[in-house]
Amino acid sequence: MRLEAKNIGFGYHQNSWIFKHISLAVESGEIVALTGNSGCGKTTLAKVLAGYEKPREGRVELNGKANTFAGYNPVQMIFQHPEKSVNPRWRIRDTVNEGWPVDRELLHRLGIEEAWMNRWPNELSGGELQRFCVARALSPNTQFIIADEMTTMLDAITQAQIWEVVLDLVKQRNMGMIIVSHEEKLIKRICDRVIDLEAVLNNCEGEIKNLDLKPDGLLVSQLE
Amino acid sequence: MNVLTEPENTILEGAQRNGIRSYKLNRRQKILIITGFCTALLIGVMIAAQLMSNEGIATNFTQQNLAPSWSHPFGTDWLGRDMFTRTIKGLAISIQIGLLASSVSVVIALVLGMAAATMGEKVDDAISWLVDLFMGVPHLVALILIAVVLGGGAKGVIIGVALTHWPSLTRVIRAEVMQVRTSQYVLVSRHMGKGRWWIASKHILPHLLPQFFVGLILIFPHAILHEASITFLGFGLSPHLPAIGVILSESMGYLAAGMWWLAFFPGLSLLVIVRAFDVIGDNLRLLMDPHSAHE
Repeated sequence: MRLEAKNIGFGYHQNSWIFKHISLAVESGEIVALTGNSGCGKTTLAKVLAGYEKPREGRVELNGKANTFAGYNPVQMIFQHPEKSVNPRWRIRDTVNEGWPVDRELLHRLGIEEAWMNRWPNELSGGELQRFCVARALSPNTQFIIADEMTTMLDAITQAQIWEVVLDLVKQRNMGMIIVSHEEKLIKRICDRVIDLEAVLNNCEGEIKNLDLKPDGLLVSQLE
Repeated sequence: MNVLTEPENTILEGAQRNGIRSYKLNRRQKILIITGFCTALLIGVMIAAQLMSNEGIATNFTQQNLAPSWSHPFGTDWLGRDMFTRTIKGLAISIQIGLLASSVSVVIALVLGMAAATMGEKVDDAISWLVDLFMGVPHLVALILIAVVLGGGAKGVIIGVALTHWPSLTRVIRAEVMQVRTSQYVLVSRHMGKGRWWIASKHILPHLLPQFFVGLILIFPHAILHEASITFLGFGLSPHLPAIGVILSESMGYLAAGMWWLAFFPGLSLLVIVRAFDVIGDNLRLLMDPHSAHE
């Protein structure tokens, strides 16, 4: 599988662009980081790649075909604010099973307690909610995961727990993954490749520049 | 006391206070009790009106113009009719008409609001224009116009009230649908492969239901007051019915003669009923909104 953006450009308002002429590709089994200062358009680019926004120019392809978004979308995104991604009027049990009947083992591995399942979203903390959002996105049909600051609001132990489960599944099912994050250590540890969106936007209007990792796992960029 | 420097003391005191007044109700319980009381009042009026015999409102010239007393709590009028019976029966009629008119109004608002938010720009423009048009005309003028065209009576009042009270709720519902439609959890749902109808029925409608009920109950007092006012002005219900508007307009001529009870008690009862609906509507909103429901 291959998720590819071909020369895409996007802007929320008529005459302004957030980014233009961006091309990039992510293969199955690859973990790519998307970095850049806040406000430079990482989340927007992630949304366009996931199909939440239509690019104004260019197109996003999945295996060489435009992603039609009919039925379950194989590109799933996990958002930064879980409280916005769940319906406040649904019990969390209904929310987590919306896309697929989530298996108990996955819930257990994510540290979700059985008692939480009958609660309303306002009775769960942000970290607890985010686990449900992660579980919901990891259906067997998911081919690409885009994690937008997925664990930013969590404590270190919970972060580690969630990343362990997600990375394990990504490897096991050979999924592709894009991580939007500011955390250097995390990126250095788990990513195969880093795309610095800001550097791309500043330097050139053409092909996106991939900042490759050295064999020893250190970044060749300002992250070093 | 400085909370920052003596946090433990403050917490302790709070705990003690809670311990001493453990019988104190929380906000949710208080709201439930008040709402229950208002609902009981309204249902009580409806049932009382059914149970009361028509004897009280029959003409009885031996008991003309009596001031309020134990046998006639609201006094009697110039035809010897018991004003208490008339008032209760009048309120029941008002509640029935109000319920019917506001239900129709709310359904119109729901349909138009959903249509405006989901059926594209042209439909939205047309409905918004219609809303502006109806909001631009004073309620009472439109109401009288419609009631007169339909020949007055209960039918004229009901249709008139129904057709004039939908615009503001339509606006609320339109905005609400637009907001939910673009909310993140609906977008996620679509990403999970859920269809349009599934999202409309599972995500959007449940979100509108509280608006729907609160709208229904808050339009109610308007409907009752407008029913009473156009009846008072002579464009509404027929004078044979013991409606509040009829009672008030009839009693106008006798007020100068010192028979204050003819207008005072029916008017006061109308206000109490209207206020009860208001309270129910406000409390329901608090109870149904997930953000304030568990306060």
